[in-house]
This record gives sequence, C-alpha cells and structure tokens, in this order.
Amino acid sequence: MWKWLHPYANPEVSFHFTGKLMPWFSVLAAIFLSVGLVWALVFAPADYQQGESFRIFYIHVPAAMFSMSIYFAMAIAAFCSLVWQLKLSDAAASAMAPVGATFTAIALITGAAWGKPMWGTWWIWDARLTSELILLFLYLGVMALHNAFEDKNVAGKAAGILTLVGSINLPIIKYSVEWWNTLHQGATVSKLGKPSMTAEMFWPFLICFLGFAFLISTIICIRFRTELLSRNSMRPWVKKLLLSPEKLVPSSLSGDK
Amino acid sequence: MQFDSISDFLEMGGYGFYVWLSYGVSALLLIILVIASNNQHKVVIERILARQKREKRLRLAAEQQNQQQVQNTSSVNQSEDEIKNINDSNEVSS
Amino acid sequence: MNNTPSLSYKAAFLLIIKRDLTIAFRHRDDILNPLLFFVIVVTLFPLGIGPESTTLSRIAPGIIWVAALLSTLLSLDRLFKSDHNDGSLEQMLLSPHPVFILVLGKIIAHWLLTGLPLILVAPLLAVLLHLNENSYGALMLTLLLGTPVLSLLGAIGVALTVGIKKGGVLLSLLVLPLYIPVLIFATSAIDTAAMNLPYSGQLAIIAALLFGSLTLAPFAVSAALKVSTN
Repeated sequence: MWKWLHPYANPEVSFHFTGKLMPWFSVLAAIFLSVGLVWALVFAPADYQQGESFRIFYIHVPAAMFSMSIYFAMAIAAFCSLVWQLKLSDAAASAMAPVGATFTAIALITGAAWGKPMWGTWWIWDARLTSELILLFLYLGVMALHNAFEDKNVAGKAAGILTLVGSINLPIIKYSVEWWNTLHQGATVSKLGKPSMTAEMFWPFLICFLGFAFLISTIICIRFRTELLSRNSMRPWVKKLLLSPEKLVPSSLSGDK
Repeated sequence: MQFDSISDFLEMGGYGFYVWLSYGVSALLLIILVIASNNQHKVVIERILARQKREKRLRLAAEQQNQQQVQNTSSVNQSEDEIKNINDSNEVSS
Repeated sequence: MNNTPSLSYKAAFLLIIKRDLTIAFRHRDDILNPLLFFVIVVTLFPLGIGPESTTLSRIAPGIIWVAALLSTLLSLDRLFKSDHNDGSLEQMLLSPHPVFILVLGKIIAHWLLTGLPLILVAPLLAVLLHLNENSYGALMLTLLLGTPVLSLLGAIGVALTVGIKKGGVLLSLLVLPLYIPVLIFATSAIDTAAMNLPYSGQLAIIAALLFGSLTLAPFAVSAALKVSTN
C-alpha cells in the first residue's frame, strides 16, 4: 500500500520533487498571506469585547497551531529515521526544527502582546502559556544537541531520540500544567464542531492559516534541500546538478511575510 | 473597510502599540528565517562548488606530474639506448 | 560453541549495581558533593528571601524540590562519563546481556547513591524552611516516588551527551524540561497536604510517571548510548 512512497527515500528523487513543489508553495504563500493579512488587518470586524486587539488572533492562533504540528512532524521524521534508518528523515527533522522554534516564539510573543491589553499582564503561568514555553525549550534543546555533534549522522540520531522522548513528554507536560492553573480561554476553533466565531472572522483566519501553511512548506523545502545537498555532497548526482546552472531559489518568492 | 482614516488604522482603537508590535515582530522573525534559509542554501552550494574546483585542480596537477614523469623516464630510456648503441658500435669497430 | 551468557540476567543486573556502588564508595566525594550542594542551595533561600517563616513555609516545597532537581542534575555526569572514558561502556554495550538490564542496574545504583541520601536529608531541610507539619509525609512520599524518575529521565540526557565535550550545560537544557511534570505534581501534592486535603491523586500520577519511565527510559538510554559510542 505504501509502495508509492518508496522512491522518495532516495535523496535525489526527493530533492527534485521538493524543487518542483517549492515554486507552487511560495506563490500560494504570497497570495494567501497578502490576501489574508490585509483582510485581517483592514476588513475583518473588531471583536465586541476585545476591540481591535483581536486582530492579533489571526497571527497568534495559526502560529500556536503550527508550533505544535511542526513538532509532531519532527517526531514522525525522527521515528522514520530510527526505525527505517532513512538518512533523509534526519535531514528533514533538522530542517524543520528552526522553523518550529520560530513559530513557537511568534506564538509566545504575539500572545504576550495580546495578553497585556486583555488580561493586564504580559505573562501568566497558565497551562497553555507554560506548555508552549516548554515546547520552545524542547525545540532549542533539540537544535543545541544537533549542533553539538560534528558527525551529522550521529547528530541526527541523537536529536531524533530526544525529539521522540520530548514528544511523549509533551502531552504529559500539557496535562500536568493544565491541572496546575488555567486562565487562557478554551479552544475557539475546533476541528470537529463548528467554530465558535462568526463567519466574518473565520474566513480571514482560514486564509491566514493556509498562507502560513504554504510559507512553512516553502521554508522547510528550502532547508530540506540545503540539508540534502550538504549531506550528499560527494554523490555524483549532486556534482552533476551543480555543474548545470540551476534556479536554486525561486524568484517567485515575492512576499516576505 | 473597518477604519475611517489612516490614523485610525494605525491607532487600532487604542491597541495600536500591541497590534503593531505583534505583526511587526512576527514579520521580522519570519523575514530573518527566510533570509537565513536562503543564505544557508547559497553558502552550501558555494562550498560544494569550491571543493569540486579544488579537487579538479588537484587531479589536473597530479595528471601533469604523471605525464612529466613518463616523459622523463622515456627520455632517460632514449639516452640509455643511445649510449648502448654507441658502445655496441664501439665494440664492433674495435 | 556455547553462545549462552555465563551469567543469568539477575546475576548480571546485581553485579552491575554492586560494581557501581563499589566504585562510588571508593570516590566518596561523588556521593557527598551533590548532597552538600543540595543542603547549601536550600540554605541560600532563607538568606536571599528573608527569614520570615510564613513566606518560607509557603515556598518550602518548591525550594526543596528544585534543589533536588539541580543536585540530581549535577550528579548525573558520573553515570556514564568515566565508563565512557575508559572503554567499559562499549564493553557493556557489546556484552551478550540485553543493554536494558545493564542500564537499569546503573540507574538504580545512581538512585541509591543520589536519590536515597536526598530523601534522608530532606526532612532536616524542611525543618530549616518551616515546612508545614502536615506536609512531611507528602514530602517523603513524593521524593521517594519522584527521585527515581529524575534518575531515569536524567539518564536519557546523559546518554545523549556523554560523547560531547562540555556536555554538562547542554545536559541541563535537555533534561530540565522533562523534569517539569514531576516538579509540578510533587509540589502540588505537598501543598495539598499542607491544607489537610487528600493528595493521593498527585501521588498516583507521580507513580505513573515512575512506572512509565521505569519501563521505557532504559530503551531510550540504550538507543542513545549506541548512538553516542559509535
């Protein structure tokens, strides 16, 4: 059933595959983000209780959702690398880590900037904020461990083990901190039920969410291809590739958000 | 359009500082991430190309050295053969 | 040729524990230094915060547990470092016995040398911090159940960093986020006990963390050791 995935375990195949996807991702990211952010900033209505500061929602919530899903993707990549010995998965995991850390930082900072006018304080030790902060520490720990080794293969395996241990610990942290205190509001966007916000707010949110999704995909593609090149630099396909002039960075990446 | 004027837009109903802080910091972090990723990509490619050039140079130098050695030994062989011929002719003549 | 190991699993397990205990007793400093660190750190807080007993008794559970975390972190380095340096770690990994058993033996020896002294000294320190009388039982139980978790999770971190020079600071960055659930539930239990309320829920969760890490951590440690010693 999974046979169609097998060719992609070859670094060269994946390199060309992501190269073909990247221009699409970057164009879609530019379109969705410009439309979504303008809609969020200018056209979406202000919230009844929270006023104009609600516009922070359109960055904060997607960033928080992606910070967790990127970690989950890293954990899957780490699992594939350890179980099936795919060196490619190591490359993917180390490509994803800085992106996830950035989005965790964005979620924390935008959350603090939103919390100050709303709750009167920049920071509070409630369940969600604390587990998000610990998630940032986990990301930084994985990146630090990866950088501490000279041999990339050993580094990837060690970072993979740490990612997996962290992924088991993450729900435990979430649960323990939840038992501790809670002030952050409940989930506004549920995947199963109807979202408890109006359609006027839902559509800009969805477009921003998709815009960020495509932006993350573009950035991960760039980083993944970089990792593949540096780890496979002795292979003939790399040598042949670099001899022919090649568009390595898509010039269609016009938006920089 | 939710705002009557540009100054209203920047004010964001009193929350301007927080909204623009959030959007600004997020944009800054993402711009840094994108630029850093692109730069890293270029640097890796430059490094690989530089190493390829160095290897080619070393290979050429090694080949040239080999060729020189072959020429030297062939010229030495040539002069050895000449000396042998002269000796032989000397022997014959004497 | 006879390929079965000459020692039974139980014998190998006990042998490893005995070996580590013997080595540690020859270097008593390794046992005493983390313990002294624990005592000194706890003593610093009244000096820094002020001797007012109501304040101290409110933060006492947190201070004792954070100091326990930090002194366990200090002592973890000893777990694999010297074995890695003289090559006996690789010999252990190559032996016919499952690495799980050998690793578990080392971790239990570590707990006996670090966690157990902590548990014995903690009540004295609790007196220094004016801990509420109702909390002593909770303090001892949480330390009893929680310190093995610290040794188990810490072993994962040490196993990952044993091959790195100057891995000590990196170790703290890796291991402290993993310690946070234990810290939260333990201090919550002690606070709940101070109010004379039942704290068996928190204890049950710490016990769950203990048995979960007891069964899973040695696998992670073995994988990490194999990565670090290749």
